[in-house]
Amino acid sequence: MANDQSIGEALRARGISRRGFLKFCAATASMMALPPSMVPGIARALEQARRPSVIWLSFQECTGCTESLTRSHSPTVEGLIFDTISLDYHHTLQAASGSAAEAARVTAMKENWGKYLLVVDGSVPVGNPGFSTIAGVSNMDMLLETAAGAAAIISVGSCAAFGGIPYAKPNPTGALPVSAFLSEYGKRIPNTFGADESGQTDPVDVTGKTVINVSGCPPIPVVITGVLAHFLTFDKLPELDDLGRPLAFYGKSIHDRCYRRPFYDKGLFANSFDDEGAKKGWCLYKLGCKGPTTYNACATTKWNGGTSFPIQSGHPCLGCSQPDFWDGGGFYNSLSTPTEKIARAAVFAAGAAAAVGVALGAANRAKQAHAAKQHEKVTINDLDKGT
Amino acid sequence: MSEQELLQWVRGPAFEAASVIFVIGVLVRLLQTVLLGRSKDLSEARGSEVIGGLRTIFTRSVKHNFQLSTFNLYTMVAGYIFHIGFFVVLLLYAPHILVIDQVMGVSWPSLPTTVVDAVTVVTIVSLLAILVHRLKHPVLRFLSRFQDYFVWVVTILPLITGYLAFHRIGASPPTLIAIHILSVELLMVVFPFTKLIHAFTLFMARYYNGAFAGRRGVES
Amino acid sequence: MKHMPDRQEIPSCPEPDSVATGNVLPLLYEVRHAVQDLLDNGSETVIDLRAIPLGPGEEERIAETLGRGEVQARLSALGPSEIIETRFPGVWMCTHHNEDGEIIGRFIEVCLVPSLLCSQHEDIRDGLQALDDRLQE
Repeated sequence: MANDQSIGEALRARGISRRGFLKFCAATASMMALPPSMVPGIARALEQARRPSVIWLSFQECTGCTESLTRSHSPTVEGLIFDTISLDYHHTLQAASGSAAEAARVTAMKENWGKYLLVVDGSVPVGNPGFSTIAGVSNMDMLLETAAGAAAIISVGSCAAFGGIPYAKPNPTGALPVSAFLSEYGKRIPNTFGADESGQTDPVDVTGKTVINVSGCPPIPVVITGVLAHFLTFDKLPELDDLGRPLAFYGKSIHDRCYRRPFYDKGLFANSFDDEGAKKGWCLYKLGCKGPTTYNACATTKWNGGTSFPIQSGHPCLGCSQPDFWDGGGFYNSLSTPTEKIARAAVFAAGAAAAVGVALGAANRAKQAHAAKQHEKVTINDLDKGT
Repeated sequence: MSEQELLQWVRGPAFEAASVIFVIGVLVRLLQTVLLGRSKDLSEARGSEVIGGLRTIFTRSVKHNFQLSTFNLYTMVAGYIFHIGFFVVLLLYAPHILVIDQVMGVSWPSLPTTVVDAVTVVTIVSLLAILVHRLKHPVLRFLSRFQDYFVWVVTILPLITGYLAFHRIGASPPTLIAIHILSVELLMVVFPFTKLIHAFTLFMARYYNGAFAGRRGVES
Repeated sequence: MKHMPDRQEIPSCPEPDSVATGNVLPLLYEVRHAVQDLLDNGSETVIDLRAIPLGPGEEERIAETLGRGEVQARLSALGPSEIIETRFPGVWMCTHHNEDGEIIGRFIEVCLVPSLLCSQHEDIRDGLQALDDRLQE
């Protein structure tokens, strides 16, 4: 856990030349969606930045986010950034387990109190603390005690950011996203590990801590490392949108950056997955694409090092970086179409209307006939009566 | 309620309820009118009822047998622009055709979305022009009641909310779509019980007037 | 046994309709302006190709249009990188790969020579040390 090395020193120690370091900075700037003119500044900042301690907690998750991040056998930019941090605790990746692992976490927290980055993936079950535990400690407790001393909290993946799949109806575990959990439960957390020299341990209030939501199921790897790189370079959090997501990656909708947009505008749609339109690469709106309402970098940054993204491969966007996307009425139904069987309801309604209409018509006719019967003929004698 | 839950409710049970009310409302009003019948005309027919009726359905849509004044020229032009624009936006916009396809199983080609966008603006402007006319002309203003203004609001709301939803202005996209669908449901629910029913009854009304005149052998 | 179709029998997919984002021409104009700036006052420009939404095939079109010139350099640091001067002098195309061969960055640099081709001071210092060690032997 050598945290006294700067990142520049750490990379040189790995045998990476300055030229290699500059290539690394150029690729990092590109990945962070920063202009190339900022590369010298990034190089200077990364040279001197201290390797931050990162504690990664995994709760109710499928491990897909970790998998997404670590899909590399040799140094990629993502991998390097990951190596430049000091990943002091990660369930899936660490070699230690049991009490040794927990001791590592506690040591990292104590040594870096107030300065470590807390990364969380998976949602937090509050229905019953026993639903998800690590080394006998419930997710709720572990998150609270670790959040107390974190410099920043990053929710990786839609489960941590918005609740994700455990949160979907009927939410049997009472899953909460990290931000919602902390604002509800984080008012008075016992300060177990951050005691100062005098031994003072005032309870900590974490409800004000910013939680960065890196949503997506999973998020694009460069987005995860882009946020880390931003933090390393500028020592502050990137600009966030109103859902707490970094604007650099979530500022534009898929629809606005989709290369198939000209087909949408011209009204050329694929009607099924194997028809002519689909083969010609037409818009997938009719097949349920959630591109218009989804904000993510898939259409520009793409996946697997810029290879492709779902729409390019012929599948409509699921909207996986948006809240409640599992409850959106189905992946293959467009977001604005009716979910009930309207035609059937209309037929029944027509039947009812026929009955009511006939009844009302008969009533009207009866009223008419009655009025006709009641009609009294007026003669000149009746008119004279008045005078 | 989260915005996803709102959207799910709006496009689910609420849309079903609005459709049912719409269908029942329109059918009941049409049936009531037809079943009431007309009083027997005991005079000798001097011309054809049917031909007179059918002709009038079409002639009423063009300038026929009336003097053109600025008043009715304004009404005609604004009315045409509004109605044509409204039908273009409703029936030739791809996501709308998709809804119709899902409900009724029929679809047809759509216009480019940029064209529909422009037509929407023109239609909104024509509606504003119609309202200005109603407010400024003394006779119209005198005749106008609450229902006239209410129906105007209910008609322009889907156009405005649709424009905002398309351009994603003012709120998150799911919320904007939900508000748009809600405004359409409001229109559907009040449709059969206000003068908007003219969309269906105009054919019967014109036919009746034409048949009446046609039987007497006069032009209508 | 079911008859498997011959390779010739399998119907081929029709070519996808070409999609133009319309970004190729403006990009080339941006390069043109950058070259003019380089001539006028020596200012260098770097354009990140990954920052611009391009449809499939458009990046290739840009590379094709710029072509290859007199210089081709191969960099081996954190994976291979290719730095070439295009057929327009002053316009360089830098393609960075990681060790898996995936593209991690693509830039158009309008300059006299891309800075990555120059030797870096820190590396020179390290090299001097290594040269001294070698001479001592």
